[in-house]
Amino acid sequence: MFDFLEGYDVLGAFWTTVQLTFFAAIGSLIWGTILAGMRVSPVPLMRAFGTVYVNVFRNIPLTVIIVFTSLGLADVFGVTMGVPSDFKALAFRLAVLGLIVYTSAFVCESLRAGINTVPVGQAEAARAIGLSFTQVLTLIVLPQAFRTVIGPLANVLIALTKNTTVAAAIGVGEAALLMKEMIENEAQLLLISLVFALGFVVLTLPTGLILGWLGKRLAVKR
Amino acid sequence: MSSVLYDTPGPRAKRRNLLYSVVFLLLLALLLWWVWGVLSDKGQLDWVKWSPFFTQSLSWTTYLLPGLGNTLKAAALSMVIALPLGAFFGIARLSDHRWVRVPAAVVVEFFRAIPVLLLMVFANQLYSESTDISSDSRPLYAVVTGLVLYNASVLAEVVRAGILALPKGQTEAAQAIGLRKGQTMVSILLPQAVTTMLPAIVSQLVVIVKDTALGGAILGFPELLDARKTLAANYANVIPSFIIVALVFIVLNLLLTTLASWLEGRLRRSKRSTGAVLGADAVTELNAVGEAQDALPRPPRTGKVP
Repeated sequence: MFDFLEGYDVLGAFWTTVQLTFFAAIGSLIWGTILAGMRVSPVPLMRAFGTVYVNVFRNIPLTVIIVFTSLGLADVFGVTMGVPSDFKALAFRLAVLGLIVYTSAFVCESLRAGINTVPVGQAEAARAIGLSFTQVLTLIVLPQAFRTVIGPLANVLIALTKNTTVAAAIGVGEAALLMKEMIENEAQLLLISLVFALGFVVLTLPTGLILGWLGKRLAVKR
Repeated sequence: MSSVLYDTPGPRAKRRNLLYSVVFLLLLALLLWWVWGVLSDKGQLDWVKWSPFFTQSLSWTTYLLPGLGNTLKAAALSMVIALPLGAFFGIARLSDHRWVRVPAAVVVEFFRAIPVLLLMVFANQLYSESTDISSDSRPLYAVVTGLVLYNASVLAEVVRAGILALPKGQTEAAQAIGLRKGQTMVSILLPQAVTTMLPAIVSQLVVIVKDTALGGAILGFPELLDARKTLAANYANVIPSFIIVALVFIVLNLLLTTLASWLEGRLRRSKRSTGAVLGADAVTELNAVGEAQDALPRPPRTGKVP
């Protein structure tokens, strides 16, 4: 019954999905945190940059961004991402870049919401003992904010896992692309689709449950 | 502007902030200079590549506007079909009967966990194998089907959250005057929940509009992103066409977001409502699986802000 699986590397495709998710998650966590720092910083220009960045990239479809990384960044700007002749690796890295650019806007907004939940007194006390803005942010506010936003960040991670399928638009061999190929060539539409759907349920459900539990455990009780 | 994180800057802080601003501006200028250089090398800044958007109406009337029209058509159709379906499943999840509640929950959680692209690809193949929808209109059917399946399950959560956000007294009062469960839902809870949910529904429209672009890239649905491809093939203006299309999306979605937050503010201030509002931020959370409970709004605040 499952002989249609032969000849296709389903696990390999899902491994690519996992890799896309992993690298994009790390990247957007870092870039998103920097953006959030900019959005609350005392320098007006950085604040403005953060606001514009978030409003621009949250409102462009991810598909447009990913297609642009290929047709714009790679073809026009000649960005090679360190792999000039390997098209497969290039597509993968471009997709990760696109996902980071898009997802970090959401990470930034979640973090900013978390920063707003930290009581005013925490930052005031930190300033009173003479900490600078960077120290207040990195030592006092962000550690508390991160613990509050584990739940929302888990949601962003789940959305990111599902969004990796958009990489199919520039030919990255992840789950959605393989599914498209398989249902066009094989006769078992329903069964194949169910296998891929369950694959994503397996990827996203534990993430939500584990991080949700962690978020409740680590939340700062107020 | 002073904030929680820093005091109003004094003379030293002002000088430091100015220094940071200058450094940051230099970095931005460097980036812009590189982009500008590449673009003018490749001839993407030539007026010939930009003039189609500003001097000839042809590029709008033949390519972009029909594309935008298809984007809006798919988004509107999906929302109109997904809303009643979502209401059905949302109410089913609140049922007192386990045999109604559990299957509804399974369906909703399943479709929320799956990428919308998978649903679109599946629908496309299904229609090509077992219906005689012409291959011209099949992408539209596939895109709308995928969007409906996904968004109905998200809207089911919105509806559920909207009903749960209403004060308990509403149900209790309805029961006290002898309304049955169905009557309570139809004539008391649902009408109030609809207003509560309005901002969240408008925000979900942003998600739908953005997802239609998937249909253009993968299934060849002639929406805005797909229209850009044909346009750029004619005028060889890859970068200008991307910028214009991105701008159209940004303006459209910003308008929807503004409408959502305007509605939210209006409902929060309104004296006639119960004060329970499902805001736009609930939607971002409901688009992911697992932690639905967190997205359910807390009881309305009464004046005291933490």
